[in-house]
Amino acid sequence: MSHSVEHPILDPTLAAPFPKAALPVLRDPQLRKNVAHAIDVIQTKRGKLVAEKTDWQELRSAAADIRTHVLENLGAYLEQFEERCTAAGGHVHCASDAAEARQIILDILREENASEVIKIKTMTSGEIQLNPFLQASGVGVFETDLAEIILQLGNEEPSHIVVPALHINRSQVREIFAKSMGRPELSDDPQALTEAARIYLRRKFLDIPSAISGANYLVAETGGVVIVESEGNGRMCLTLPKTLITLAGIEKVVPRFEDLEVMLQVLARSATGERMNPYTSLWSGVTPGDGPQNFHVVLLDNARSSILGKPRERQTLRCIRCAACINACPVYRQTGGHAYGSVYPGPIGAILTPQLMQMRHAQSLPYASSLCGACYEVCPVKINIPEILIDLRAQVIDQQRHNIGRFFDPLYLGLRIAGFLFSRAFLFHAAQRLGRVGAGLFTHKDGWIHSMPSVGGKWTQTRDLRGFPNQTFREWWQNRPARSSTQIAKEPK
Amino acid sequence: MHASLFITCYNDTLFPETGRAVVSLLERLGVELEFHPQQTCCGQMHANTGFRAEAYSQAKRLVRLYSDTENVVIPSSSCVAMMRDQYPGLFEELGSESLRRDLAALLPRIYELSEFLVDKLGVDDVGAYFPHRVTYHASCHGLRGLHLGERPLRLLTRVRGLDFAPLPNIDRCCGFGGTFSVKNAEVSSAMLSVKLQDVLATKAEYCTALDNSCLMHLGGAMHRQYAGMKTIHMAQILASTESTPMESFQ
Repeated sequence: MSHSVEHPILDPTLAAPFPKAALPVLRDPQLRKNVAHAIDVIQTKRGKLVAEKTDWQELRSAAADIRTHVLENLGAYLEQFEERCTAAGGHVHCASDAAEARQIILDILREENASEVIKIKTMTSGEIQLNPFLQASGVGVFETDLAEIILQLGNEEPSHIVVPALHINRSQVREIFAKSMGRPELSDDPQALTEAARIYLRRKFLDIPSAISGANYLVAETGGVVIVESEGNGRMCLTLPKTLITLAGIEKVVPRFEDLEVMLQVLARSATGERMNPYTSLWSGVTPGDGPQNFHVVLLDNARSSILGKPRERQTLRCIRCAACINACPVYRQTGGHAYGSVYPGPIGAILTPQLMQMRHAQSLPYASSLCGACYEVCPVKINIPEILIDLRAQVIDQQRHNIGRFFDPLYLGLRIAGFLFSRAFLFHAAQRLGRVGAGLFTHKDGWIHSMPSVGGKWTQTRDLRGFPNQTFREWWQNRPARSSTQIAKEPK
Repeated sequence: MHASLFITCYNDTLFPETGRAVVSLLERLGVELEFHPQQTCCGQMHANTGFRAEAYSQAKRLVRLYSDTENVVIPSSSCVAMMRDQYPGLFEELGSESLRRDLAALLPRIYELSEFLVDKLGVDDVGAYFPHRVTYHASCHGLRGLHLGERPLRLLTRVRGLDFAPLPNIDRCCGFGGTFSVKNAEVSSAMLSVKLQDVLATKAEYCTALDNSCLMHLGGAMHRQYAGMKTIHMAQILASTESTPMESFQ
């Protein structure tokens, strides 16, 4: 299994910087094969289903407009949601941060004397690190999504927001099930593995009367909650228990029921490459005699309001967690999700996590991208992720400008000096000539540089660099026989 | 037709042969070229690493430098993408009203090389001769930033003698990403290694592109690995003719 790799830490306050956290994965052939294979399967499906939709770009625009409108009027829609949900018999709680959300959920469970709880896959609960908290507080937590079961039983961490066990292949699943369920005879036939999970789950669904879910959308108009899932485990969690607690980020609201027409279409095609999602559950409050009679919604802020206050970064909150950006990302394709040190990996994680941490942690994540733009191209709500990555990088550098450590960062110093050199052509030209002399010291007799010190060494650890030519272009231009060249010697104002 | 060549800082310093090829190509097509000796850098490296103030000062400098210029030709998609995608935001935040006006007037006159050839000059057969097997790497900024589309292939496939080898997974990044290649050197190298498999599978002699930055990355690995393939900027292919072969720009 991939367990020669040390156990990943999905806590941005503790995780190693991205370049370091990525190393063990890069050297793990099994993990890289699993990730690339899974991503290729999803990408192929998505590509087909997006291509068949002739109005895909219009759908994207409609989805982006709905989400933008919500964020511009979030307060009003949240009030409306709270009012309608409460009127329908639900209880709405507001949590300003992760600790508050965890406590609210624990208090509800304690009031119900719940010693166990079943869960539908929710990345938001991972964001607030709910499971370890509940377990430490004496509540047994049981995941019911197949991928989440695999992770829970295998003591693994999610590496993707839609397909959390994407980094684990079938034979590894067999190993986890065989060991944790005490069934060494289990085969790696998908049907046998699913059957094993069903048997494991059945008692949980029947015996545990409390459930926790996330939410794909909250509908302001009806006070309703929407959950999409593929296995029916969600439907069980939403109907069998007596108590249901839904944890949702405040940005998850959409204005009207009919907005779901757009939002569900873009989500299914972007997330799993399906025309329609298999199990879509919608409910409002409590229905006497049917389903959970005790229904709570916990609305989580956790730095979202501060993101909302910044016009450019605000688009981050349009996200519908479809993972299209993750699947399109060439960085994620190599590293998988754990290197991001957060339950939110990939391009969306690289912009969301540092912002949720209010730029106090995860500062390496905005740099975990080659800015290739594939994420922006596929995003169904048109989040300009590269633009936000660059914005967050500027925030990191602005912090660094006041930090003593900057004097020990050769890349930082190099760029500050380069900024000065680029400000005047004669300085730049002097630097070019100096650079040529400097590079000459490292240039091998084949005309190439095979190793360099400092930051340059990061380049030459896997790549050569052609030595500097004897003449820059501008030197050549100046020395060529006069033609139509216009010499303008003055610096611009 | 007049045009001013913004060669870009790294082409100027590291790849002057690309600049010489652009000059030869465009003058052959009847373009009167200028070179503004005060030019330095567009600010992309600073902007993309988070040095917004430095990027802005370079952007401002560039816009002022070219405010009276008829057309600006740039043989680097990522630098053009920097101007189109990032200058407006930088000027919105840090610039003055007059600077924003100057930028708005300048942007439509800025052309990436293949745009200039196909859109402005209206040619796709530039009369080139390059008797080699060539694959084309679509740089991310050219592909998704500038939406160059079919332009590069229209130009390449009309080069006489050229045996074109399509590149699988052409939309996948090579892993360069500017300072990403050193800040995340290992991840960048992993991306490069995957890309290189596709590039080498074409069995081409040359891998070309419209960005020397990607080519420096791919070429650096090819050289390190004795891969037997070379990189070459597309300007050098398009400038090559029977009487002035590619070697004359080296």
